[in-house]
Amino acid sequence: MAQQITQRSKPTKAPTAPVAWWRNPTVRGILAQVLVLGVVALAIAYLVDNTLTNLEERRIRTGFGFLEQEAGFAIGESVIPFAPSDSYARAFLVGVLNTLKVSLIGIVLATILGVLIGIARLSSNWLVAKLASAYVELTRNIPLLLQLFFWYAVITVLLPPVRQALEPLPGFVLSKSGLQFPVPIYDPAQIPLLIVLGLSLMASVFHVRREKRKQLTTGREPRLALPILGIMLVPVTVLFFILGTPLAFDVPEFRTFNYRGGGSVTPEFLALLLGLSIYTAGFIAEIVRSGILGVPWGQSEASAALGFRRGLQLRLIILPQALRIIVPPTTSQYLNLTKNSSLAVAIGYPDLVSITNTSLNQTGQAIECIAIMMAIYLSISLMISAYMNWYNKRIALVER
Amino acid sequence: MASTAKTTSTSRPPPVMSVGVLGWLRTNLFNGWWNSLLTVLFLALLAWIVPPALDWLIFNAVFTAESSDECRAATGACWAFVEVKYRLILFGRYPFDEQWRPLVGMIALIVMALASCDRRNWNRRLLAIWAVGLSVFFVLMGGGVFGLTPVRTNLWGGLPLTLMLAFIGIAVAFPISILLALGRRSNLPLIRALCIGYIELIRGVPLISLLFMASFMLPLFMPTGVSIDAVLRAQVAIIIFAAAYLAEVIRGGLQSLPRGQYEAADALGLGYWKTQWLIILPQALKIAIPPIVNTFIGLFKDTSLVAIVSLTDLVLATRQALGDPEWRQFFIEAYMFIMFIYWIFCYFMSKYSQYLERVLSTTRRA
Repeated sequence: MAQQITQRSKPTKAPTAPVAWWRNPTVRGILAQVLVLGVVALAIAYLVDNTLTNLEERRIRTGFGFLEQEAGFAIGESVIPFAPSDSYARAFLVGVLNTLKVSLIGIVLATILGVLIGIARLSSNWLVAKLASAYVELTRNIPLLLQLFFWYAVITVLLPPVRQALEPLPGFVLSKSGLQFPVPIYDPAQIPLLIVLGLSLMASVFHVRREKRKQLTTGREPRLALPILGIMLVPVTVLFFILGTPLAFDVPEFRTFNYRGGGSVTPEFLALLLGLSIYTAGFIAEIVRSGILGVPWGQSEASAALGFRRGLQLRLIILPQALRIIVPPTTSQYLNLTKNSSLAVAIGYPDLVSITNTSLNQTGQAIECIAIMMAIYLSISLMISAYMNWYNKRIALVER
Repeated sequence: MASTAKTTSTSRPPPVMSVGVLGWLRTNLFNGWWNSLLTVLFLALLAWIVPPALDWLIFNAVFTAESSDECRAATGACWAFVEVKYRLILFGRYPFDEQWRPLVGMIALIVMALASCDRRNWNRRLLAIWAVGLSVFFVLMGGGVFGLTPVRTNLWGGLPLTLMLAFIGIAVAFPISILLALGRRSNLPLIRALCIGYIELIRGVPLISLLFMASFMLPLFMPTGVSIDAVLRAQVAIIIFAAAYLAEVIRGGLQSLPRGQYEAADALGLGYWKTQWLIILPQALKIAIPPIVNTFIGLFKDTSLVAIVSLTDLVLATRQALGDPEWRQFFIEAYMFIMFIYWIFCYFMSKYSQYLERVLSTTRRA
């Protein structure tokens, strides 16, 4: 056969028609990449060239040298001490810490509120479910900026002045100038208390592990609540009275013009925290609701058939599965909350954006200031998502 | 069934406690002590809040007033503020006598949006609808043709500006985001890296930092002598921002397509662009439409941030209206008024997106 064919047909070129080089997918791929990269590089070069000319013409300095200089402006509130004579670098640090402070507390509050409302939307109680969905529809459909302006105006205009401040809880003073609250006073005798508390915590963790192990081998239900309560409370309480109750609070007190003492937060912080938590809670509530609904009903029925009570069904069967659906979108809500805290600049809370804005106006070095701000936000975002990816991987479904 | 129905000739009425109003109350409000407690608690809360709120909102409110003194005398809300200031709130500093133009332009945009909601228009006609809607809007707002006096963009404001930023933002970002999403899934490493870098960078920073960049850095990027106006700068920032978020939404749509679709296209001998254009994108975009609407809702709310870089959108126009010392104290009424406007838009868009989700998922299953 083979010989016949070779004899009959003249020896031609390769059996498949030759492909022109510009039709070769590999060549095309390389060409496309070179082309796109070239265009991007040219565009960037053009912009950089323009920028350099403009900077030279306007006599704007470049470089990050300004970070060492004296900032010369005061910052309303900060986690670390700050004076106008400190450097710009320290001012940026203050801004970052303020952003982190409001974001962290906001994330905690939004999570608590969001989970409660998400569960309330699924309540069999018609009134509770309707109120919860009204909350969600209201908060999610109004821009956050507007909500912030609203809360800020409510706090600074509608709350009473300091002289007639409200005291919703004893020691907590709420007025136009913010919230003041009691803080514990440091006492050297508190250190042994903290040490004992730490030891108790370790003992409880040990106890939980041992009980879990016992459950695996014997099937006996772990006894957790009472022993842990005992381990955590008894030693500390005994020591507390032996040391002579070394815990006092610095309570805000009214002196002639103002409340003194205790800790305080500004109305700006309060409005921002309120707005961020209330807004984000609406989104988290929806995520929680869809997460719980996302667990198939058969799981509830199966666990009921196995004899689990409703509470145990939720805790051992439904929630661990719902969590897998809930965690990824909640992560992006945490990221959103952190990024949304940048709206602080609109109501005058000295967050990172607000500090950047002030520095930018004073030094005129827009590029450097905005680059610093973006780099910081980017690293915060990447860190949160890296942590959440790790956590997500830990609770993800282990498939065969 | 039939035989049992015959044997029990007279059926007893159902127990009173399980049907009708009482039954509804029992199953929905008072099933168990815990729910009964919650119901009583929340009813008490409502009884405490709702009547005074209604008094303030409606019964004691002042709807029209000659001066703000009438409002100060009343114990209710001062809706007269809205009556006095609504033109400033809705249209910003647009020349007073010409304000019919932003009104008609705004209606054109809204009609355009409503027409896009109709699924029968989801074809080439959609492009035509947007082209007509946007040109009508820009001709009316900008003027300079058909005998309309030119109005510079720094006078544009209020709700038309807000709508424009959102609609142009989504319209321009959409094609860019398709390219970004395709690029992110491309097997050319450099292009993929470029797209991932862009998307992650933009999604990692807040919109306000992009707006700052646009207002402080964009002028430096331009050749000397060229200046871009503030509205365009903010619009560019919004487009850059929206493109990154939309790209991720579209990527979700692309990822949900089974491999077989690509393989079938290969088997038919289609090239990359034909595969994407004829096979992949039509299906992926259909899946992505509900989340695209959700992204648009987010974008619509986010346009309020331009108030921070001094664009007179709905929010800043309202704050300017509140700058009048005579009416300054009625900020709650002012904010509630525009909250209501934003809420109406966002609420109906989110209902529409939920409707689409339902409809599109059933057609896919069929």
